[in-house]
Amino acid sequence: MHADPAGVLTGAHFLDGDHAACEGALAAECRFVAGYPITPSTEVVERIAQRFPQVGGVFIQMEDELASSIAIAGAVWGGKRAMTVTSGPGFSLMMEHLGFAVMTETPCVFINVQRGGPSTGLPTLPAQADMMQARWGSHGDYEIIAVSPNSPQECFDLTLKAFNLAEQYRVPALVMMDECVGHMMERVVIPKPEEIEIYPRRFTTAPLDEYLPFAPEQNMVPTMVRAGQGYRFHMTGLTHNEKGYPDMTVSGQARLLTRLTDKIKKNATALTDVVADQVDGAEAVVISYGITSRVAMKAIQMVRAQGRRIGSLRLRTVWPFPEHVIRDLASNVRALVVPELNLGQIVREVERLGCGARVVGVPHAGGTVHDPAVIAQAITEALR
Amino acid sequence: MAQTQIRIGGFGGQGVILSGIIIGRAAAIHGGLHATLIQSFGPEARGSSSSAELIVADEPILYPYVKDLDMLVVLSQDAYARFTPALKKGGLLVTEADLVHLTPPVPAAEHFVVPATRLAEEIGRKIVLNIITVGFFGAVSRLVSAEALEQAVKESVPSGTLDLNLRAFRKGYEAGVEALAKAKV
Repeated sequence: MHADPAGVLTGAHFLDGDHAACEGALAAECRFVAGYPITPSTEVVERIAQRFPQVGGVFIQMEDELASSIAIAGAVWGGKRAMTVTSGPGFSLMMEHLGFAVMTETPCVFINVQRGGPSTGLPTLPAQADMMQARWGSHGDYEIIAVSPNSPQECFDLTLKAFNLAEQYRVPALVMMDECVGHMMERVVIPKPEEIEIYPRRFTTAPLDEYLPFAPEQNMVPTMVRAGQGYRFHMTGLTHNEKGYPDMTVSGQARLLTRLTDKIKKNATALTDVVADQVDGAEAVVISYGITSRVAMKAIQMVRAQGRRIGSLRLRTVWPFPEHVIRDLASNVRALVVPELNLGQIVREVERLGCGARVVGVPHAGGTVHDPAVIAQAITEALR
Repeated sequence: MAQTQIRIGGFGGQGVILSGIIIGRAAAIHGGLHATLIQSFGPEARGSSSSAELIVADEPILYPYVKDLDMLVVLSQDAYARFTPALKKGGLLVTEADLVHLTPPVPAAEHFVVPATRLAEEIGRKIVLNIITVGFFGAVSRLVSAEALEQAVKESVPSGTLDLNLRAFRKGYEAGVEALAKAKV
């Protein structure tokens, strides 16, 4: 299925990442956004408020983030593609409904334009310190998908992709931007509608009285219904059976949770989206994501100029973590270097998988990006 | 060229961010170059400091912030004081004639004075000061072609103000060409 031309702003534009993410959502046929504007994500919803009326979309400025994050679930079951947009403090408030979306298999998108934290932190400055919150912030065991763009172009591309993955796996997909890419303006090329693939929502073909809203089908993912066609079913955040009714038994919990996590875990290879550069034969590989991947590349170039063989592995999809890729790398290099705008989050995942390689984090408390020279030094020292 | 680091500084309400966007758009959309723009502003809207950081390059831009400036445009005394120390020796400096006093003295730079306030008054709308500056900067920097800049102006201003802004752009550009010719004599 291709994108609805009405929402696609085909052409070359000079946009910031926030505006590009809005265009990505529009191209993905998102037609419902509920949000509580917060720096540095405000420009996303500003543009949405301007653009949505032109395409028959609905934007509601809600009373808070709890309302925003549950309104999108309602919109999705009413038939729309929907998302909410926030930054750290709002993301914290949304955790309950992130879990609800996981439990009810509601395909939706959360954009988090990360700023320095905890609490109010640094509203106008970048960080990548919500990466573990994205993975584990809601209670209970679960799996989500999270992407991390490193440019306004990727804010468009990966927001579009997040919508498609949300539909395909029926999970919340998180677009983990940061203040720097959010407020940075660059060339953004938006393709023609016929070049944009949209993963269509899969609807049941079962007779009205035989629909099982939580029965696994293709890839362990159930089908949905078109609202208003007469299907009646129950939906709850409680542990439920295939009919959607509470089934609070040991076996019911095991069955549901295993499927909810397996539909991501067992598709982890298909979900892997990394960009590798000169990793074959590398002495060390720098693993990075988001804005830090660009600064890291500058550092890599500095160390390569000294004759060292340094590879780069950039994670466009951070969750599910590309474990198999990291394991393969780890057995072939001396060191893995992980710079990130936090005091050590994704580096823990790499340490967990590091095998024989030396794993070196390059932490940064946020507020700006790394000095490339600091990353370059960490690479050099890791090889000592 | 490799990479040119530019800062345009002034105070909120002058349109310095828009002037940066126009130059960036001209380079990235119409000039066949790469451009990355980052805006920084004080918590207040009008009257506080405001500046655009722009990198223009013939290769992908990795590090997004400016460090050592190749070019600096200042439209306020505060911006002059704050940003001239980061200007590279021999870099390009454009100062506004009436808004910037050259104290401390101009650093070792290729220095041009844009009479943007006066030219804007001649046009009759003070608000186009920033577009005049874009035209002037375009001529003296020779970073992006006049055609690319003019196209970017067209795409960046409200349609009802297009004629006004194009007049402002051309006036600024002509002033820049003149200033450049004088400097060469």
